[in-house]
Amino acid sequence: MSTAVHDHPHGHDDHAHHPSGLARYLTTTNHKDIGTMYLWFSFAMFLTGGVMALVIRAELFQPGLQVVNPDFFNQMTTLHGLIMVFGAIMPAFVGFANWQIPMMIGAPDMAFPRLNNWSFWLLPPAALLLVTSLFVPGGAAAAGWTLYPPLTVQMGMGMDLAIFAVHILGMSSILGSINIITTLLNMRAPGMTLMKMPLFCWTWLITAYLLLAAMPVLAGAVTMILTDRHFGTHFFNPAGGGDPVLFQHIFWFFGHPEVYIIAIPAFGVISQVIPAFSRKPLFGYTSMVYATASIAILSFIVWAHHMYTTGMPVQAQLFFMYATSLIAVPTGVKVFNWVATMWKGSLSFETPMLFAIGFLFLFTIGGFTGLVLAIVPIDIQLHDTYYVVAHFHYVMVAGALFAAFAGVYFWIPKWTGRMYDETLGKWHFWLSFIFFNMAFFVQHFLGLAGMPRRIPDYALQFADFNMVSSIGAFGFGLAQLLFLYVVVKCIRSGEQAPAKAWEGADTLEWTHLPSPAPYHSFETPPMVK
Amino acid sequence: MSQRSHNRSTLTRLAIFAVAMFGFGFALVPFYRAICEVTGLNNFIKPDAPLNTQVDTSRWITVELDANTRGLPWSFAPRQRSVRVHPGQLVQVVYEVRNDSASPIAGQAIPSYGPRIAAGYFRKMECFCFQKQELAPGEVRQMPVVFVVDPELPKDVATVTLSYTFFELNGATPKPAGNGVSG
Repeated sequence: MSTAVHDHPHGHDDHAHHPSGLARYLTTTNHKDIGTMYLWFSFAMFLTGGVMALVIRAELFQPGLQVVNPDFFNQMTTLHGLIMVFGAIMPAFVGFANWQIPMMIGAPDMAFPRLNNWSFWLLPPAALLLVTSLFVPGGAAAAGWTLYPPLTVQMGMGMDLAIFAVHILGMSSILGSINIITTLLNMRAPGMTLMKMPLFCWTWLITAYLLLAAMPVLAGAVTMILTDRHFGTHFFNPAGGGDPVLFQHIFWFFGHPEVYIIAIPAFGVISQVIPAFSRKPLFGYTSMVYATASIAILSFIVWAHHMYTTGMPVQAQLFFMYATSLIAVPTGVKVFNWVATMWKGSLSFETPMLFAIGFLFLFTIGGFTGLVLAIVPIDIQLHDTYYVVAHFHYVMVAGALFAAFAGVYFWIPKWTGRMYDETLGKWHFWLSFIFFNMAFFVQHFLGLAGMPRRIPDYALQFADFNMVSSIGAFGFGLAQLLFLYVVVKCIRSGEQAPAKAWEGADTLEWTHLPSPAPYHSFETPPMVK
Repeated sequence: MSQRSHNRSTLTRLAIFAVAMFGFGFALVPFYRAICEVTGLNNFIKPDAPLNTQVDTSRWITVELDANTRGLPWSFAPRQRSVRVHPGQLVQVVYEVRNDSASPIAGQAIPSYGPRIAAGYFRKMECFCFQKQELAPGEVRQMPVVFVVDPELPKDVATVTLSYTFFELNGATPKPAGNGVSG
């Protein structure tokens, strides 16, 4: 979108009055500091969850049990899922929201700066609970990140720590969402109507509502597990008339919107990056807004497509199959709009654009495999196989994570005032792209051939593809250390970046603020026409 | 309205929404039970309606009886290991349970079926699993199960296993079974 703006950049001095060192970060209420902390926190969690993924792939490198015992393997799959979803991907996009939303709508800060500080500082204790749960008697939760009873009702205290961690992470997300919605609704610069907001802001407005509707339901579900475990209730315990399948319904009522909580901000980042490097406004801005909102609304009526094998009546299976397939329509609108934005554009292929195009290719593959899994008779065959694992890693890694990389490379000149090393950035992209496909593409074949997920051993005929997948996973993991190097090098010794680092970027942070963005920006709101 | 109070009122409304959604998660529990009740899904511990049908004497079904306990010191076994029945025939079998401990205990039996598909064709008119069982120390109880196997049972199923597992209901101070909300 293009916003015609008619006043001049404010020459803000960096007149920050804030404590230095650790105290600065503990007490800061500045959206940029908090955004930075979110991003570093999520990167640390990304590496933690990544190491767990490599433990899994090391065990699966060859058939048989070589590296870890099965119980520890289960703890790894569980913690890898929880940490990546709640610790890495979600906080990363909240970090983007913190940095970008006030700058993109011309607001001086978030609506509730102190609440913002608290939203962030809830995260480290939750992460600590998850990681330390590995060292308590009985080990960490080992029932899978979906926390299905009856396993979750039976496990040791590691499970309680995981439940508390989910509570705290949920609380953080809810507070962050309230902050984001209030900022977007009440603090836009004069003249910036809702339909003039950059699409990234729109996607976050919708995501924040999704979070607000879904996270409390998850909090309720894990609370029920907790009371089943310790306070004699029987929500899910069949002995007292409870039903484990009920948990699956409640969990996926949260869980499917959660998929879009992760994907929709990624759509937002991509919708900023592709127009900037195509040097064209985003194609179909209005339809993008409506498509995103439709995806969000539909996400609440499709949850049971994760549960086709629980013995649902055929009518319910049909309903959830059709509703799920319907989501392909707004998603298709988005993908075609991105392609149409690139059509006849003056394309250039800097690292953010490479990641955005990589996203476009691989996310579409992930979307299609999702459509395959939505079909009941096929899903009954593929349920809980590596086909599902391949599908959601195409959506979560090549979708959300690639979009996050695109966003970091795109905005890091504005954040740090310095340019990253373009050659190394491109290396990071190509290594990530190749090794990602090496790790996950073959998993489609494994799943189609019937290899079940979450099992540390497998039949001999799966050996070759698993070896390829493990090599790809280790390559992908190592490539992320290169990303760390690129970012650190950029912060320390990158070349000075101009205020408008990208020729085609046209949102307020590029047109109205110097690079790096001053500590306090838009104290006087810009006029947007 | 000033920016500050404007923000505050937005915050209040959003917070109320979040709390309401927390409640909604719990509201799904009775909602789920109501759906199961209306549609007749998951109807394991309620009596089935009597089946008015012909006895299919041309067919024999072997019903194997199984009994387990989980986490409570009871001896629990059927009086006979299996019965041969015609589909449509009203059959009574008897289970026996004894409390081996020195304290009164309440338990709840949960039935399950093998093969799974048989569950929909196995109709129990009377069963000890419809209510909780409280046993005094050393008490022995004979408990009947009255059932009919629906003649609609697929032809390739010749053996049905009826398996009960007794679970303890919170020691000697049991709470009502069958409604997980307060149970």
